[in-house]
Amino acid sequence: MQQIIDLIQTYSLLRMLIAFLVLIGIVFLNAIVMGYLERKIAARIQRRWGPMEIGVQGWLQMILDGVKMLAKQLIVPRDADRFLFRLAPLLCFTPVVMIFAALPFSKALYGINLHIGLIYIIAMASINVFAILIAGWSSNNKYSMFGAMRSVAQNIAYEIPILLSLLSVVLTTASFDLQKIVEAQSGWLWFAVYPNLFVAFVIYLIAGCAETNRAPFDLPEAESELTAGFHTEYSGFGFGLFAVAEYGNLFIMASIASIMFLGGWNGPFGLASGPLMGAFWFLSKVFVLMLVMIWVRWTYPRVRFDQLMNLAWKYLIPFSLVNLLITAFLVKMI
Amino acid sequence: MNATYQFIAEALFITFILLTLSGAWLAVKARILMHSVLGLAVCLLGVAGLYFYLGSMFLTMMQILIYMGAVCIVLVFGIMVGYTPRESAERNIMSRNMVLGIAASGVAAVLLFTVAIGRTVWSKAAESTGDFSIEWIGKSLLLNYCLAFELISVVLLVAIVGSIILARGGREEEV
Repeated sequence: MQQIIDLIQTYSLLRMLIAFLVLIGIVFLNAIVMGYLERKIAARIQRRWGPMEIGVQGWLQMILDGVKMLAKQLIVPRDADRFLFRLAPLLCFTPVVMIFAALPFSKALYGINLHIGLIYIIAMASINVFAILIAGWSSNNKYSMFGAMRSVAQNIAYEIPILLSLLSVVLTTASFDLQKIVEAQSGWLWFAVYPNLFVAFVIYLIAGCAETNRAPFDLPEAESELTAGFHTEYSGFGFGLFAVAEYGNLFIMASIASIMFLGGWNGPFGLASGPLMGAFWFLSKVFVLMLVMIWVRWTYPRVRFDQLMNLAWKYLIPFSLVNLLITAFLVKMI
Repeated sequence: MNATYQFIAEALFITFILLTLSGAWLAVKARILMHSVLGLAVCLLGVAGLYFYLGSMFLTMMQILIYMGAVCIVLVFGIMVGYTPRESAERNIMSRNMVLGIAASGVAAVLLFTVAIGRTVWSKAAESTGDFSIEWIGKSLLLNYCLAFELISVVLLVAIVGSIILARGGREEEV
């Protein structure tokens, strides 16, 4: 009990409330910006224009889409499990906001600083799978079921290389505290510079791409086979929340990559990283990584399911295990 | 101001207790297997909350990560593979079984109360005081309690080997 009281006293109630409102705003803003960027870049890659009608270059399109989703009815299928069907989008969205609270945007700009921040983020991210499962099962629809089952198989397989690759960074810094991990990379020595951690970085990017269910690993929502996968039956803002949570998860994936491997809020060339400049560097790294993910998504075709499983179990997990051993050896030697 | 914080902490405690109890009730009572597993997940979440209340953040996160993120998901996956439509979800407690069940649990409850609960001296749950950092946990697991730690991994190994044998046996019978 004393710990809870201490926690509330350190971060006063008003600050918590403001932080949560701001973070929810950031999650939605991120979805709007990323949705627009994704549509524009996809269009550019496929030699077409993308949204052009509303606003200059169609920049208001996503906001109007949001308004449209808010105005639409949330249809619950007759044979669906009503309570779980409505619960699933919220369960998908809430952990995203909770994870955003633990991300260090800069040295002074964060929701909460935990000494086990990394474990907290991974634990909350595991609830996302649960939401997808509940959505798929409660829809009472074979496409949703198959989407959910694929998603779980994929998430179980790819969580292991993610954890192993992050663990090599934790071994190097001997801390789960995200702020300490960022501070350990001040100056030019970002962790992606070291060869063994660079391997971990690449493994993390591939596995993270699969963990966020994005192409070329978007089998849970493969349009050509499963209509829309686990969110086939969702309409209106139920679907909207899934979309927002998906972009939120993408942001989290990219920001963990930039915190653990690319120096977080440290500027390049040892440039100044005050509260605002730090946030600028952090966000620019995150957005570069997210743009790379979009680029990959619209460039490569979807893999087959057996290829997906083989990639995780036969290549990524052994590689990351060996890499972890090498890292442990190096940390002990140096 | 301090009273407000006290109240929030107490309210959280009661919420966690309610989550645990209602989750456990749902896990036992639900007629659809999926609801049982979700009840179990809620129950485990409540237990994680109790760890948080007692001041062990690390244990809270591990509880969520392992029990909700791994064990419950694997259970749900098993249910989905052996999917039963909603219509065939039936009451598995017959009236005769119910009488027997009540009798058995009554005897067990009386025995438990006279032997264990009645004689226990109830002391306040240990709040984490002092140094219970991850380093401390790691050192005590790998130095003081190393044997127990390694034996648990042997149990896991046996479980894995056993499941492989079971799966292989099933496949050979089909051929």
